[in-house]
Amino acid sequence: MHCHNPVCTMEIPEGARKIVLAGNPNVGKSVFFNALTGMYVDVSNFPGTTVDISIGKYKDDVVMDTPGVYGVSSFNDEERVARDVILFADVILNVVDAVHLERDLFLTQQIIDMGIPMVIALNMMDEVKRNGLNIDIDLLSKELGVEIIPTTAIKKEGMEEMKAALARAKVGNRIPKVKTLMEKVVDQVDVDAEALLVVEEDENVLERHDLKNQYGNREEIYKLRRNRIDEVINAVVTTTNQGASFRTKLGRWMLKPITGIPILFVALYLTYQAIGVFVAQTVVGITEEVIMGQYYYDFIMGIMTRLVSETSFIGQLLIGEFGILTMAPIYLLGLLLPLVVGFYFILSIMEDSGYLPRIAALVDRLLTGLGLNGRAIIPMILGFGCVTMATITTRLLGSKRERFIATMLLGLAIPCSAQLGVIVGLIAPLGGKIVLLYASTIFVVFVLTGTALNKIMPGESTDLLIDLPPLRIPVATNVLRKTYIKSKMFIMEAGPLFVLGAVVVTMLQYSGTLESIMDTFAPVTEGFLKLPKETAQTFIMGIIRRDFGAAGLNDLVSQGLLNPLQTVIALVVITLFVPCIAAIMVIFKERSWQESALIWIGSFVISFLAGGVLAQLVL
Amino acid sequence: MTLDLAMRGQMIEVVTIPDATIRAQAIRLGIYEGAKLICSEKLPAGPVILQNRMQEIAIGRNLAKKIAIKAL
Ligand SMILES: Nc1nc2c(ncn2[C@@H]2O[C@H](COP(=O)(O)OP(=O)(O)OP(=O)(O)O)[C@@H](O)[C@H]2O)c(=O)[nH]1
Ligand SMILES: [Mg+2]
Repeated sequence: MHCHNPVCTMEIPEGARKIVLAGNPNVGKSVFFNALTGMYVDVSNFPGTTVDISIGKYKDDVVMDTPGVYGVSSFNDEERVARDVILFADVILNVVDAVHLERDLFLTQQIIDMGIPMVIALNMMDEVKRNGLNIDIDLLSKELGVEIIPTTAIKKEGMEEMKAALARAKVGNRIPKVKTLMEKVVDQVDVDAEALLVVEEDENVLERHDLKNQYGNREEIYKLRRNRIDEVINAVVTTTNQGASFRTKLGRWMLKPITGIPILFVALYLTYQAIGVFVAQTVVGITEEVIMGQYYYDFIMGIMTRLVSETSFIGQLLIGEFGILTMAPIYLLGLLLPLVVGFYFILSIMEDSGYLPRIAALVDRLLTGLGLNGRAIIPMILGFGCVTMATITTRLLGSKRERFIATMLLGLAIPCSAQLGVIVGLIAPLGGKIVLLYASTIFVVFVLTGTALNKIMPGESTDLLIDLPPLRIPVATNVLRKTYIKSKMFIMEAGPLFVLGAVVVTMLQYSGTLESIMDTFAPVTEGFLKLPKETAQTFIMGIIRRDFGAAGLNDLVSQGLLNPLQTVIALVVITLFVPCIAAIMVIFKERSWQESALIWIGSFVISFLAGGVLAQLVL
Repeated sequence: MTLDLAMRGQMIEVVTIPDATIRAQAIRLGIYEGAKLICSEKLPAGPVILQNRMQEIAIGRNLAKKIAIKAL
């Protein structure tokens, strides 16, 4: 069979069925995937966290997890990925949130219309009772024409029944009129399911088969499906109401500015206490200064000084000021790792609880001024963890314009957790006024840049249209597992770059190039920024990673080279400085090279400009 | 009238939604021409929240201005 779908190129063992997990965001697909395959996948509560599909094995079959989507179409990247996997499934395990049938059954009926055999796991049954809903499961099963297994995935209820039911998967009751429409085009596509997307005017599927958009009527089909689903739901769901639960009320409070803003500030304050105070000071005090700074340092020096001379080039490379066995691991493991773990822990809680989309609605108004909508708060918050990762999630924004603005702001003004940790450590002892000066400078640059881009960029940004999932108490194992995976990814990504950075800076230093670069930049550093010329070396380090640069600044401050105001200026420059190597590589992948170059040079210019202006004002 | 003028707690019926792409995305979440929903919350100058049973959707104010509704 000829095939136009990228999924076809994936290796599937002979005779294995492809079981695909499909469902709306945050319905528990990944929990099912884990139960079937026993393999690890990211389990989270924010729409679009499972960007890549995960593949595992169940008995002789292949199981694939897909990103959560509200329908099979191509409105964004996640949908395109999910669509291609679903199209070529042999069996669909459709996970449905029983509390949100109005939303979830649209996708269910769409997959039924494709004519792919399926089984439904009616998940979150624990929440059905709590919310005073009653679902006639037998009738629902009869109406849809497929088997439905009630489950509570987190308590492993219904899992065995679900596994057994997979063998009995069948094609459900298709909407007759849609089926008739599909029959006209079915001989023009590779698999029957694609016929549905042809008549639903999916641009990618049309293009793959060299078809013109002349068969379709997406709007009519969607309406038919919606009416069908609403009919079914009215017949099977009854509400035995008992007033709004505490969670519903809390969800509401998080939205209303009068309560939502204080709640947000409390959340931010707790985050600051946890990361900025507890981790950055107490934990790092032990890990960086004692464990790595003393035990590890003495240990490695004890061994290495016997093998190489500290002043030789090799000695400098390995155990010098920027040595790959001294500075790199001490900063990476002693300083950054605890901060990054702390950050991902908090972020996982926010994601799994369903708080993030409510923050998005709360700040929507503010972000529209910057040419973004509330959704953009997600990459921004993620950026405080890792700008590289956040840049990838800008894909969930609705237009190219928004993706560019968000990427620019991320690359420019959002310090990642690693960098933020070093900054907090440097600035906290300098007192409230200095902290305020720093924070407001960064904020002003952020707002000015966003506003300016919104004014000059052509086109229009999209408006907020976001599903507010119910609040849930995060499951500890999920949160911990996610924290572990993300932290591990951080070390694997940052580790090599730190070593690279250490090598480059040592070489520059040893060859005397560092000295001449500092002299070249001296007019700017000393004249405009009013900083000692040595600060230039931290900017060179910052090109590799901004946290690496900030760490270098840490060194200069401990040598007593900078006074408090100079520290703030240097921090402003290093915060706004060019995105780190990893981030700029992702930016180049995600955006055109012109846009990427603009972001890099733009950050460079803006950072020095902001630092210079501040220096002229305060010094 | 338009959705941004709906009052908190009011039952409304959606009359028209501009733009085919938004219509397609909204219908999947249960918002379509003819849908009867509750305006459960309105943030000052910010999004309007529409509710259908347990389902809640936030709609940016600019979009709300373009959605025609009638009060029920
Ligand atoms: N109360 C309750 N919570 C559940 C149940 N099943 C899963 N969850 C929780 O729902 C959240 C989302 O689960 P995931 O498995 O990440 O959902 P997903 O469908 O893979 O989400 P995306 O990949 O982001 O689309 C997690 O916090 C789970 O712990 C259930 O039966 N009851
Ligand atoms: Mg998932």
